[in-house]
Amino acid sequence: MINTGIDLQLGFETALQNLGLGAGTAHALWMPLPMLLLILAATLGVMVMTWLERKISAAAQQRIGPNMAGPQGVLIPIADGLKLLTKEDVLPILADPILFTLGPVLVFLPVFLCYLVVPFGQNLLISNIAIGVFFLIATSSVQPIGLLMAGYGSNNKYSLLGGLRAAAQSISYELPLALSVLAVVLMSNGLDTVGIVEQQSSLGILSWNVWRQPLGFVIFLISALAETERIPFDLPEAEEELVAGYQTEYSGMKFALFYLGSYANLLLASLIAAVLYLGGWSFVVPVEVIADALGLALDNPFLQIGAAALGIVMTMVKAFIFVFLAILVRWTLPRVRIDQLLDLGWKFLLPISFVNLLLTAGLKLAFPAFFGG
Amino acid sequence: MPMPMIETRADRMLLNFGPHHPSMHGVLRLLVTLDGENIVDCEPVIGYLHRGMEKIAENRTVVQYLPYVSRWDYGAGMFNEAITVNAVEKLAGVSVPKRASYLRVILLELTRITNHLLWFGPFLADLGAQTPFLYAMREREWILDLFEAVTGMRLINNNYFRVGGVAVDLPYGWTEKCLDFCEYFLPKVDEYERLVTNNPIFRKRLEGVGVISKQDAINWGLSGPMLRGAGVNWDLRKVDHYECYDDFDWEVAVFPEGDCLARYRVRMKEMRESCKIVQQAVQSLPGGPFENLEAKRMMEGPKSEWNKGDYQFISKKPSANFKIPKGEAYVRVESAKGELGIYIVGDDNVCPWRWKIRPPGFVNLQVLPQLIRGMKVADMIAILGSIDIIMGEVDR
Repeated sequence: MINTGIDLQLGFETALQNLGLGAGTAHALWMPLPMLLLILAATLGVMVMTWLERKISAAAQQRIGPNMAGPQGVLIPIADGLKLLTKEDVLPILADPILFTLGPVLVFLPVFLCYLVVPFGQNLLISNIAIGVFFLIATSSVQPIGLLMAGYGSNNKYSLLGGLRAAAQSISYELPLALSVLAVVLMSNGLDTVGIVEQQSSLGILSWNVWRQPLGFVIFLISALAETERIPFDLPEAEEELVAGYQTEYSGMKFALFYLGSYANLLLASLIAAVLYLGGWSFVVPVEVIADALGLALDNPFLQIGAAALGIVMTMVKAFIFVFLAILVRWTLPRVRIDQLLDLGWKFLLPISFVNLLLTAGLKLAFPAFFGG
Repeated sequence: MPMPMIETRADRMLLNFGPHHPSMHGVLRLLVTLDGENIVDCEPVIGYLHRGMEKIAENRTVVQYLPYVSRWDYGAGMFNEAITVNAVEKLAGVSVPKRASYLRVILLELTRITNHLLWFGPFLADLGAQTPFLYAMREREWILDLFEAVTGMRLINNNYFRVGGVAVDLPYGWTEKCLDFCEYFLPKVDEYERLVTNNPIFRKRLEGVGVISKQDAINWGLSGPMLRGAGVNWDLRKVDHYECYDDFDWEVAVFPEGDCLARYRVRMKEMRESCKIVQQAVQSLPGGPFENLEAKRMMEGPKSEWNKGDYQFISKKPSANFKIPKGEAYVRVESAKGELGIYIVGDDNVCPWRWKIRPPGFVNLQVLPQLIRGMKVADMIAILGSIDIIMGEVDR
């Protein structure tokens, strides 16, 4: 296994220590940098996705889409952001001010926390905690509480219904999602995201989990689509039924938090799908093979930089395949009904994901070489 | 209107849909009692778009009133013009030349297609699929262009029908464009069907939802796709043999299930059938005058009253002070939404004494509370969409 020895943190801290700073100070100076980078990168990702949503939906509907704001309308997300920033922040008289304000924050925050454990390379993640996947699942399940708070705090019947739907939907799809992830965890003998990717990267595309977990992959995709509340599962904000569900009373920055949160959530789900099933940052051919073919040593700095860049690009490409899929699905399918949604979650996906988990466990015992014994 | 009396319990929620709600199709207001997501009761409140259309008719001559009428059902304006002139024609015994009748049929069937397209798009949007709306608008645009070429107006206010004929003949080259449209349109309906009809989510949302039995449909006085979707083979074009529909080879779209999907299928089939009628009518369009007085002049020869000095150099259109004779009549056409009727009472005056409109949307809407009781909120939107109402004609 190639160790992409790029450790920016170590480099940065040693550089500062060489300048005469203490180890603690150097670490404290380092800490805000990845956080800032994370927030910027996620926000940029959201902007790209909103632009993609407009352009892809336009293509699906035989329109042109935004084309005046910048080349190909790329400035539209900025215009969106500016509009939301300068909009009046309305607090309805009868709304509960604390819940109403806290709701969007609780929806927005967990998503960004989850980015902490998303790896873009061997050392290219904010924190490689040993329970990364568990952290993801635990943190993302805080979100429905925020939705419920927003729905209840708005003191609007449509919002209340939307909030309730959001809670019911999140709970129903959290289980199959967690179980399908558990099957992957079972195969990689660990909960850390880096380990899951490394376990898939020995043979390039052939060793990706999607071949060993086809059922789990489909379950994950469906559940993730439901968790991100997009058509065909966008019941909590079903425009034609509940106007905008829990978002009905929101405007300005609070609405922007919902907006940002929902797209960041989709990007997160896509990144996690890429990490869990499509080998994360690994290229279709293992980097070692390429290095051998080029006659480069594995500790060649150019190779390492190249491999790191390739890793980031591969992760993004894989993630954006799912983003593209989600956008295409959104502009193709009608919405399911609430009982059909719950039926699908509880009566179909949950049993199937249990079967998948048992099957994985059985196969792991039977063929430990292939299923990470 | 008295406040609706709705039984309430502590755990029930009274939710007000509309008049400003994205899927209330204009300004319908529904007071819905909810038990969680289930609908316990529903009370439609109408009248937000009432403009006194019937009263306005009582002090307008037919020519004055014609531009108003396409505001009843603004999704399919020309049916309103057709019934307005048909009512007067029936009372006054005015006959219509063959060419005018063909022109009327062509435009009415094109109007039926625009109506169904304008139903199809928003109906799918009600179910959450936004894209078919844009596809429907794409085809509708072509029809509106055809309308513009003939009548000068696109959606409503076409003001094309006249007592005894139509206002003007087709412009040069219009028939070719119309045939081009038909050729283009039929594959597009296939495209809709491929995208929508067998989509499992779509099927699950509509199958067995909003079921109305054959007997109920008749008892409630439903008409149009609502009635035919319940398995009743009743299409006034076949029943009344009005205009020249008997000249063409076409089928009535009937589906027996009575649910939202059956109503969807009726409308999809009707689009195809209407397209077939337009094709046949354009291909066999007879020559001759498009207006009844001109036809009379030609029939009666040089000695005709309509060939004399008074009329020789002026248009043979019906006079602005055409008198509606004494008497009463009920006249109906099969509009895109069902039976559009006029009960007219004439008093030997230029204005009708009474002008009662029987709009299909108003009658079809009555059945809504019965259909949505016990269903889910999402079903309510689907069922309301499948009824196909335009508040302009419900409230008049």
